Amino acid sequence: MTTEFHNYTLNFGPQHPAAHGVLRLVLEMDGEVIQKADPHIGLLHRATEKLVETKPFNQSIGYMDRLDYVSMMCNEHAYVMAIEKLLGFEPPLRAQYIRVMFDEMTRILNHLLWLGAHALDIGAMTVFLYAFREREDLMDCYEAVSGARMHATYYRPGGVYRDLPDSMPQYKPSKWHKAKEVARLNENRQGSLLDFIADFADRFPGCVDTYETLLTDNRIWKQRTVGIGVVSPERAFQLGFTGPMLRGSGIEWDLRKKQPYEVYDRLDFDIPIGRHGDCYDRYLVRVAEMRQSNRIIKQCVKWLRNNPGPVVNNDHKIVPPKRAEMKQSMEALIHHFKLFTEGYCVPEGEAYAAVEHPKGEFGIYLVSDGANKPYRMKIRAPGFAHLAAMEEMVKGHMLADVVAMMGTLDLVFGEIDR
Amino acid sequence: MNKLAELIETRFPDLGLTVSIARGELTVELPREHLLTLCAHLRDDDEFRFEILIDLCGVDYSQYGKVEWETTQATTDGFSRGVDKNTAPEADWDKPRFAVVYHLLSVVHNQRIRLRTFAEGEPPLMTSVMSIWNVADWYEREAFDMFGILFEGHPDLRRILTDYGFIGHPFRKDFPVSGHVEVLFDEEQKRVVYQPVSIEPRTLVPRVIRHDQYQSQQQAAQHASQALSQGNKARDAADAQSSGQSEGGA
Repeated sequence: MTTEFHNYTLNFGPQHPAAHGVLRLVLEMDGEVIQKADPHIGLLHRATEKLVETKPFNQSIGYMDRLDYVSMMCNEHAYVMAIEKLLGFEPPLRAQYIRVMFDEMTRILNHLLWLGAHALDIGAMTVFLYAFREREDLMDCYEAVSGARMHATYYRPGGVYRDLPDSMPQYKPSKWHKAKEVARLNENRQGSLLDFIADFADRFPGCVDTYETLLTDNRIWKQRTVGIGVVSPERAFQLGFTGPMLRGSGIEWDLRKKQPYEVYDRLDFDIPIGRHGDCYDRYLVRVAEMRQSNRIIKQCVKWLRNNPGPVVNNDHKIVPPKRAEMKQSMEALIHHFKLFTEGYCVPEGEAYAAVEHPKGEFGIYLVSDGANKPYRMKIRAPGFAHLAAMEEMVKGHMLADVVAMMGTLDLVFGEIDR
Repeated sequence: MNKLAELIETRFPDLGLTVSIARGELTVELPREHLLTLCAHLRDDDEFRFEILIDLCGVDYSQYGKVEWETTQATTDGFSRGVDKNTAPEADWDKPRFAVVYHLLSVVHNQRIRLRTFAEGEPPLMTSVMSIWNVADWYEREAFDMFGILFEGHPDLRRILTDYGFIGHPFRKDFPVSGHVEVLFDEEQKRVVYQPVSIEPRTLVPRVIRHDQYQSQQQAAQHASQALSQGNKARDAADAQSSGQSEGGA
């Protein structure tokens, strides 16, 4: 008597370390080969788009950080750009440079987490530890400028919340850190935030080299990624890919170059593209992007050092006045009161603003009926389209490749589920 | 942008399109029955080549222009008036309640376009564009889940973001932010149970529309200069008239 084997169903997640959060993947398997994959999402759905409708515009900036919670400031950027578009409002040049610099630092933050997690999923532990070492420096920059390591709420319609600080916070000796050790930790924190960032930017290319020596020519890494999850350019268009996923398939498309916003058109950088559209090419693209981001940061630091000035538009119908001013001027007090109780009314109309987010095109579609709250906001999350392509990408691959594929998609459920 | 708008208007004169440009964005409103025709042309024709469907979303216009706080005149009520949901609408919405908005991107020509179609009926009906852009699959599932818009031609229109067994469409304007049910662990039954929500909906900041609303400095300057030039013209005209009169009088 023979037993016939049929396909069986496997539940992958939602509590699986490689599921990058809360993905439930229902896999139909024939032996170890995937026949069908059905991602179940929404376990982190918070209805951000509905919550935003119940609050004045400025109160929702903080929600944006919590969408893609590894590239916080880029999300904020799209949102404030959409509001600015509706208002016809422009931030001063210095604010634009600060935004671009922090966008690029955010891109490095995101790619470092992606690289560490991707490598860890496939079995290389070391990269993760190295990547998190550099992330720590960048999060210190976030903290220095906004007071929060992750959820910064730093961008505002019309600029940024405040100027870059003149001094970098330093470590203090404690029971665990002796004075000598603290002095070593504080070596690059003697100057301003810009000095610290400049020091980081000088150091960082060497760090990327380190990651590359661990992975780029690594035999196991290549076995796990080369030729896995190949997406042709035609399919990439059909599947709505943007960002590194599209560039990995060989399409030269980057909003920073093609539809430049803020000051990207004044900066010098390249767009890396892949050739084969497999996981390995997307890895190379993202690593090259980190180097390009570093270049942009250096240029921004140079400009910001030489050009002091206002960092937020001075129109108090939108931007609250300074606190000192409020103590003196009745008008400033009224502006402050109106802004913090009611907010500002945005002219009727609709706008779509998109930024080149580390994961792809992150867009905010805002509809306003002239009120002090958005009428409708839609978040165009790059990860949503990428995850939708999961089934097509994993079909015919082995179970272990699903993990490689999830890594290469760079999934963060904060933005996919919204 | 203007060229693209003209091109679309001349290429498709009988599709009932309304083309408008605002804030540097091109919007085309079209009736549902021509959606597939137009989309196919927009994707495939050499002068359009919109290869990517960037976004698809539903919009519920049922409360458009409605406010919770009357601002046109002084009032004797306190803050409680802010909680009044029945204030008269500022603007009447005369189009159907639900719309589906598409954002397209052309990589070849580096341009964007927005399409809007209204979904009529209850449940609202729309045509699926999945055959044109495969990525519409999940976007349409989301619009169905959130607004209850049915997409004809979609092979697998399931809910996507809400919980298994969820009832209602949460992004409709008549769905309360706090929802209808809450879950908790029942000690006696030793399982998770659903019950009606125990919290009252609250309005922290009332929704208002002000007509003296913000204009950017440039806009304001423009308006001012226009007003100035108009004023000058009027004065010139008046001067001319008066001088004419005075001449006539002389």
